[in-house]
Amino acid sequence: MMGWLQTIQRRTPLGWLQLSRERSRLLVALSGIAFADVLMFMQLGFQNALYDSNTKMSRALDADIILVSPQARNTQNLSTFSRRRLYQAQDIAGVKSAEPFYSNVITWKHPDTQKETSIQVIAFNPDRPALNLPEVNQQLNELKLPDQVLFDRKSRGNYQTALTKIDQGQVVATEVERRTVTISGAFALGASFGSDGILIASDQTFLHFFPKRDAASASLGLIHVKPGYDAKQVATELDAYLPNDVRVLTHQEYIQFEESFWKSESPIGFIFGMGTGMAFVVGVVIVYQVLSTDVNSHLKEYATFKAMGYRNQYLLAIVFEEALILAFLGFIPGFVLPIGLYQLAAKATALPIYMTTVRAIAVLILTVIMCMISGAIATRKLQSADPADMF
Amino acid sequence: MSPVISIHNLNHFFGQGQLRKQVLFDVNLEINAGEIVIMTGPSGSGKTTLLTLVGGLRSAQSGHLQVLGQELCGAGAGELTLARRHNGYIFQAHNLHNSLTALQNVKMGLELHNHLSVADMQTQAAAMLEHVGLGNRLHYYPDDLSGGQKQRVAIARALVSRPKIVLADEPTAALDSKSGRDVVTLMQTLAKEQGCTILLVTHDNRILDIADRIVTMEDGKLTGNSVLAAA
Repeated sequence: MMGWLQTIQRRTPLGWLQLSRERSRLLVALSGIAFADVLMFMQLGFQNALYDSNTKMSRALDADIILVSPQARNTQNLSTFSRRRLYQAQDIAGVKSAEPFYSNVITWKHPDTQKETSIQVIAFNPDRPALNLPEVNQQLNELKLPDQVLFDRKSRGNYQTALTKIDQGQVVATEVERRTVTISGAFALGASFGSDGILIASDQTFLHFFPKRDAASASLGLIHVKPGYDAKQVATELDAYLPNDVRVLTHQEYIQFEESFWKSESPIGFIFGMGTGMAFVVGVVIVYQVLSTDVNSHLKEYATFKAMGYRNQYLLAIVFEEALILAFLGFIPGFVLPIGLYQLAAKATALPIYMTTVRAIAVLILTVIMCMISGAIATRKLQSADPADMF
Repeated sequence: MSPVISIHNLNHFFGQGQLRKQVLFDVNLEINAGEIVIMTGPSGSGKTTLLTLVGGLRSAQSGHLQVLGQELCGAGAGELTLARRHNGYIFQAHNLHNSLTALQNVKMGLELHNHLSVADMQTQAAAMLEHVGLGNRLHYYPDDLSGGQKQRVAIARALVSRPKIVLADEPTAALDSKSGRDVVTLMQTLAKEQGCTILLVTHDNRILDIADRIVTMEDGKLTGNSVLAAA
């Protein structure tokens, strides 16, 4: 170890000297790496925003155990199960309450432009708060009036005028399924890939919107556990007790279920993964071009070093030194630029896109691997640095 | 006095199969410590090939080739690399690294020898450049030096580690007559000071007088081997 450190200390930092002498080449390489990094950050950022935004609703649910139809795929496609299962659930010792929760996607008219867009409606009994959102729970009384809804202020699309009116306490009315509805308040949750926004309604209003649905078909069942009981254990008991036309999940399991849907069953996870891969390949190609040009233009010097008695490893080390320097230097602009771009993208798409430490570390590691692969390919050129053939 | 370079019945071939061509035929040559030997002959006569064999840049195929007591015929790549460290090689082109200053270039000649500290390398490299008359150009890049100056840096690089043998392949070919003369005189003085042996390949008749001995090569055979009267 000591000997190794000493060797490093004695060594002329050739890689760095070569790179810093050729400013324009260095600049090209760095912008190439930064470009690849920005692409990777954007792809991974979108991917993460997708998972975050699609589980936001699930996270906000106020429940210990959630019952869901085995047909359910995600929050927008929950299917239904019989409300009878909720009454049955109350037979189990640890269950404190079991409430139905309804969800569906509906077409409504934009309150400002009157254009039709689709929006997700979620509903529950306003006497039994179902969401962990204080903003919503304060306004539950409003929902008890027929055809009154709460609107998600972070919905995708331009709802500025409507929102200003709501905040000023004015009545904003629009049309859902040929019924006039009143937006009596707003809350903040955020758009997702699956829906542009969310309306919260009472269960009665929900059934008005969807005449074909009936109160006995719940989308979700929200179960609270009595104090002193373990949610996990109660869930196991419920699962054994209830017929298998309903799935029993703890709240955490339900969030994972939703996330794994987007990760595996939707093509979106794959698309962003592939985008990241493409960015990686682009990076490898750019760095390889720069490194192989550099090796080529120093072939004579390298051959001279070999003639002086330097080993091949010494030359390999120079190329890898350059690759590492490029990786770390290129990562700096590649890290700073996406922070700004994330803000732009977050504004434009109303998705929660932001930089995370884990992602920064992941991209840094990818960048190092990327440059190392390029370096490894570029070292093949070193074979031609043979002093016997050259002089 | 035992020879530092001893060559017996050395044959060398280029190419494979039908294209196989012999370039060196039964070469016999002994060079003693401290001798300055100039090798001349028409191009294509095998001078450079012989030089690269002695320098360990190429692996010898048949016969005997002993350099500093080590048999290089049939030596592996690793042994050849180590053997090269005993030689100072000077090329027709200076082959200085253009991203390194004169001082850093010379220091590259010392880095191979592990016993020196960074500070020692620095002082020895600077002293060597001083010696070749470039004490005021230590931190110049090769691009900012003249042809003769570059070749002098290259000589400093080859000699800074005090090698036993200096091998030079047409060191004056790219220089005008005055700088060429300066360069070989410098090599001669330094070699005498350090007691090293020089094998120099050249076409340049103007520098033959520095040699103790001149060997001539033609068509891969040694044809002349004349000792010059001590001046």
